[in-house]
Amino acid sequence: MGISRFVLLVFTISMLASPALSDLVLSKVDRRIYLTSHIVRISSTLEVENAGPETVSKVLLAFPDLQAQNLAYLMASPHEAKAKFKISVVSFPIDVVKPEDMPPGVTFYSVSLPQGLTMGASFTFDVLVVFTHALRPMPEQIGQADIQLVLYQDSAYYLSPYVVKVQSLSLKLPDSRIESYTTLESTKVQGSEIKYGPYENLPAFSSSPITVHFENNLPIAIAQELVREIEISHWGNVLVTEHYKLIHGGAQSKGEFSRLEPQARENVQGPSAVRYLVAHLPPRAHSVYYRDAIGNISTSHLRGDSKKTELLIEPRYPMFGGWRTAFTIGYGLPLQDCLYESEGRRFLNTTFSSPMIELVIDTLIVKVVLPEGSSDISVAAPFFMKQWQETKISHLDIVGRPVVVLEKTNLVPEHNQYFQVYYKFNRLSMLREPLMLISGIFFFFVACIVYMHADTSISKFSASYLAKQQWEEVRVAIQQVHNIICRCLATHDKLEASLRDLSRTGEVQACKAARKSTDGLLKELSKELKPLMTFLQSSPSAVQVEELVAKERELLEKFMAKHSTAVEAYEKKSGARDIENRIALHQQKITALRQEVDDLLEFIDEI
Amino acid sequence: MAAPETSTAAVQTLYTNNTLRNAFGGVLSFFILLLIGVMAFSIRLFSVIKYESVIHEFDPYFNYRVTQFLAKNGIYEFWNWFDDRTWYPLGRVIGGTVYPGLTLTAGTIWWLLNSLNIPLSVETVCVFTAPIFSAFASWATYLLTKEVKGTGAGLTAAALLAMVPSYISRSVAGSYDNEAVAIFALIFTFYLYIKTLNTGTLFYATLNSIAYFYMVCSWGGYTFIINLIPMHVLLCIVTGRFSSRLYIAYAPLVVLGTLLAALVPVVGFNAVMTSEHFASFLVFIIIHVVAFVYYIKGILSPKMFKVAVTLVVSVGLAVCCAVIAVLIALVASSPTKGWSGRSLSLLDPTYASKYIPIIASVSEHQPPTWPSYFMDINVLAFLVPAGIIACFLPLSDASSFVVLYIATSVYFSGVMVRLMLVLAPAACITSGIALSQAFDVFTGSIKFQLTGASSNTEVDAAETSSSTAESQTDAVKTEKPEETAKNRPSRKSKKKEREHGEKPSTKAKAEKKRLLALPLESSVISLLLLVLLGAFYVVHCVWAAAEAYSAPSIVLTSHSHDGLHVFDDFREAYAWLRHNTDVDDKVASWWDYGYQTTAMANRTVIVDNNTWNNTHIATVGTAMSSPERAAWEIFHSLDVKYVLVVFGGLVGYPSDDINKFLWMVRIGGGVFPHIKEPDYLRDGQYRIDSQATPTMLNCLMYKLSYYRFVETDGKGFDRVRQTEIGKKYFKLTHFEEAFTTHHWMVRIYKLKPPKNRIRGKTKKSKSKTSSTTSSPKRSGTKKKNPWQ
Repeated sequence: MGISRFVLLVFTISMLASPALSDLVLSKVDRRIYLTSHIVRISSTLEVENAGPETVSKVLLAFPDLQAQNLAYLMASPHEAKAKFKISVVSFPIDVVKPEDMPPGVTFYSVSLPQGLTMGASFTFDVLVVFTHALRPMPEQIGQADIQLVLYQDSAYYLSPYVVKVQSLSLKLPDSRIESYTTLESTKVQGSEIKYGPYENLPAFSSSPITVHFENNLPIAIAQELVREIEISHWGNVLVTEHYKLIHGGAQSKGEFSRLEPQARENVQGPSAVRYLVAHLPPRAHSVYYRDAIGNISTSHLRGDSKKTELLIEPRYPMFGGWRTAFTIGYGLPLQDCLYESEGRRFLNTTFSSPMIELVIDTLIVKVVLPEGSSDISVAAPFFMKQWQETKISHLDIVGRPVVVLEKTNLVPEHNQYFQVYYKFNRLSMLREPLMLISGIFFFFVACIVYMHADTSISKFSASYLAKQQWEEVRVAIQQVHNIICRCLATHDKLEASLRDLSRTGEVQACKAARKSTDGLLKELSKELKPLMTFLQSSPSAVQVEELVAKERELLEKFMAKHSTAVEAYEKKSGARDIENRIALHQQKITALRQEVDDLLEFIDEI
Repeated sequence: MAAPETSTAAVQTLYTNNTLRNAFGGVLSFFILLLIGVMAFSIRLFSVIKYESVIHEFDPYFNYRVTQFLAKNGIYEFWNWFDDRTWYPLGRVIGGTVYPGLTLTAGTIWWLLNSLNIPLSVETVCVFTAPIFSAFASWATYLLTKEVKGTGAGLTAAALLAMVPSYISRSVAGSYDNEAVAIFALIFTFYLYIKTLNTGTLFYATLNSIAYFYMVCSWGGYTFIINLIPMHVLLCIVTGRFSSRLYIAYAPLVVLGTLLAALVPVVGFNAVMTSEHFASFLVFIIIHVVAFVYYIKGILSPKMFKVAVTLVVSVGLAVCCAVIAVLIALVASSPTKGWSGRSLSLLDPTYASKYIPIIASVSEHQPPTWPSYFMDINVLAFLVPAGIIACFLPLSDASSFVVLYIATSVYFSGVMVRLMLVLAPAACITSGIALSQAFDVFTGSIKFQLTGASSNTEVDAAETSSSTAESQTDAVKTEKPEETAKNRPSRKSKKKEREHGEKPSTKAKAEKKRLLALPLESSVISLLLLVLLGAFYVVHCVWAAAEAYSAPSIVLTSHSHDGLHVFDDFREAYAWLRHNTDVDDKVASWWDYGYQTTAMANRTVIVDNNTWNNTHIATVGTAMSSPERAAWEIFHSLDVKYVLVVFGGLVGYPSDDINKFLWMVRIGGGVFPHIKEPDYLRDGQYRIDSQATPTMLNCLMYKLSYYRFVETDGKGFDRVRQTEIGKKYFKLTHFEEAFTTHHWMVRIYKLKPPKNRIRGKTKKSKSKTSSTTSSPKRSGTKKKNPWQ
């Protein structure tokens, strides 16, 4: 059906063939059609000659509509020149100058030449045209083990609004196995190449349909939708996430599936199944992952050298014709590799399309997520595409990050060119999120402190609350008693020390002085103790406290007794042995009492 | 003068140190707890590190799917969710038949994170819910054990629980199942019960009911709580430990708890209707009677009381008998005696295998073997008896609860391997107590030996008086404070009873330490042995976490001589179904794979792991055990488009459908009597080799599993059954192979559409298909090529 339509169209075009719109003449056209993959590339060399008097600066390229709707990429460049200049952009067709003169069903693209062609001058340039979906599987359904045959249709003559003097066409096929091809005059087959021509002096819009039916077992991987998200973090990373929705665009699989054939023919790579895809990532790509909605996919290999990182991914299952899959790959890039600064603005410079080789993308959406607080955003892209802005709220954002969204349909690997996103960003806003975290934690601690110190009880007069408060007071009082007793004990130690000094030096006066000072101190302490004791009278732990105080008194008395006996003995200058005996009596009681006091103290401390 | 100065300073600092030491101890235990939490979390991350961050096994996939639904549609949609992608054509009411605790918890965490602009995916939240809650569970264990035996035991128990293998097995990252949350809820409910019992405040009693409510939301195991607590209350009453605190701990729990439990749709009126809850109401009545008796006893004189007792007992006994008779008649009138099947199989371990093959067919409902105890609780099994003894040393209300808990959970774990999970916290608590007590004794005696020796030398240096006298006085004096200490608590107000209750015990402990000090060498050695035991436990736990329990079971790995081999067949099959079949296609498989199919492949299934409709499962079982034609008819009547079978014969994956097949026959035969188990067994033996029965060799499961299997190696050697298959070359007439995964572990077949009714041609076409399938396919397609 499609073929007959194509033939009909070509026929009508030739019928309508009218004189060329300008005096340009194509003196030589060389077309090479590469059918070696599922993407059809036509590379043609055109030599234009101006036969008319006026200077011409634009050359029209014509494509039949059927082809034009599959046209993905069009580029003209001077022949054999290195510096490429892009003249016309796809999906922006400049229509005919005089529509009434032009045959219908033809789409025109105009190429502006670097300088106008004066009369008689000639210019040679190359045109690269890339078509997708141009190969039709025929038959449309094949079994799992069958080979895939595809059909390609074109015209043997170059379709042009100009007279073509000399032209030739060659088709490169992946394989020498050709099912059928249209035979015209001067058709040659050399291995995997079919040649038509040369043909001479054909009028404008002349065409002659040809059809090639050949074996193409190369996997036809088509991404129906690809969403690329490029997220810039000024902390040093650019994160790229790519969500693929893949379909095998070749002949539909039919009949029974079997593991046996693919397994047996593993090394032959079988027929047309998509077994793996290769992506060429930038050289310093890191943290590469490959997963889908239900987890990691473990079948992938990553090889890297200084020039590129090669990622080989296998889908979860070999994809036969018409099978679909969806997966996500992601990787990080060092910031300095793709972010630059110029005239106070930063710009991201990275590739536009998928890193997969030989992948056709029906719809590509590129989202560039800029850091929060970026402003003055603009995009510089090598070709036209839809673009708009969104905001994305990600980790700890408040207003959200600005997102530049670019959408384009029908992409081929040739579109994988660099594009730039310019924006302004203040380095200080990098600190916003850490500061937010720090302050958040700070306020949390402050809140904790406030909660611990605040009295949150509802009824201030309930029995339990009062009891609790009273208990709190009692505890404070007991703590004070405890402290006082400790200080008493410390003064005891002082006395003890003075006694030791006495035994060493024999200075009775110093010892007495020490005694006096401690006496004063102890009196003060007992004064302090009194109000506390009366306060604690009613409390449940009064018994222990009282006991403690009593014990302490006793201890003190014993101490005093010991002290005075020692001092007395020294004053009387009695013998060392005698003193020791007299002290030892006290000492026993003192150590016993001290032990008790210590125990009690420990107990009270635990309250 | 310098020396005395420092000594006084030292004394003062010693006393200020005492308070400081308490504060320091508090901070230290806080940090230890924090580290325990970190450890509990991180020990469960082996699965993420060794495999990936993915949901594990079967049930978690359902929970994950429900959580996704909740996150997407909100809580009201969730309650009203009627799931039409499962149990086709019946469907399932999800909101009313699911324990929502886990889903709501994860959903809340997700919502909270997202509202803080931390965009984690639902999957990530689900994967890490279990490790987070195991950290919570170890903290709850600390609280519970602290209530029972003090801080030291609490910390030890928390550390043990953080890495007990039994709990790890159910809560590794990705194991997103009810138990992950429920164990925390269980321990926390017990903690609050003990806390209420110790303090007697209504505040904790209310919290306890709420924790119980959370437990009811989370897991069907809540019946354990509602039976264990009444048992403990009864124990306390019988042993004469009734107090107002016990009443406050129990009565609000029953009233509030039952009301709250009835709010959960899946429980509803079961909270008062089924026999699982009967014990709690009975004890509720008893505790009121007892409380009343105590009250009467308080106002009446002893003589009057005796009279009253005889009066009431004679009248009350008659009334009670009547009531009980009515109750028994009511209960007995229902066929299962008002018990659910799973509970009944707990009481009578042979019940399930006799009457409910579906429950019996689940491997985790089998009784455990002895090695599994050692695997799952390891050295705790030896420490538990010591812990029980330690609980008895001073038997308090709290420690009697722990004893009861361990005793019942040991019984339950012996019935069902799944309930090993309930045993684990109990074992950790008791062993924590045992370990901490042992450490107390050993370190105490070491300290006593060391300090005792040094103080003796000091004394010797300071004075020449005899040390014997001193030690005598010491001994005399040490007894005195103890007596006073023992008298004190009685005088204190009840509010502070807990604090004071601890005091004499610690005091007594200190005294005992002095009296029962062990020799230095033996205590050092035993301490070292204990540390060694602990180290052994840690090594075992880490091994268990890393090797035994972290496999997600949807991805299998094997180590062979040429490195790691990954078997990712399940996801391969599910991904294929997800992308290459129509969104409304129905997939039939054995119920094990139902949850995974709905969650991962997003396709409608006939039966799933919920197993609520025995007949439906039996239908699938019957189809699987029928011959091809009959099976096709059953599946066709169910609108099935694809049939999925799991086959391990090629790589030796043992839990495949052929090994489960007898259960299909049993369950199918239970409802459809024309399927008879003996037909599939040769002399009582289940076999698939040439000795197998013709029924077996012609059933759908056999055919789908072994279709074209012989072509892989020429012999058809099944590596699971270690035998050559019985029937090697056969054709499928009503099914066609749609997909087989890389290692043949999942095979998906498509039902052929019904044939046109051309009577004369049916036979011909059959013979034709059989001839063309064997011949090379290329010739067939060439003819159809229009370009020839």
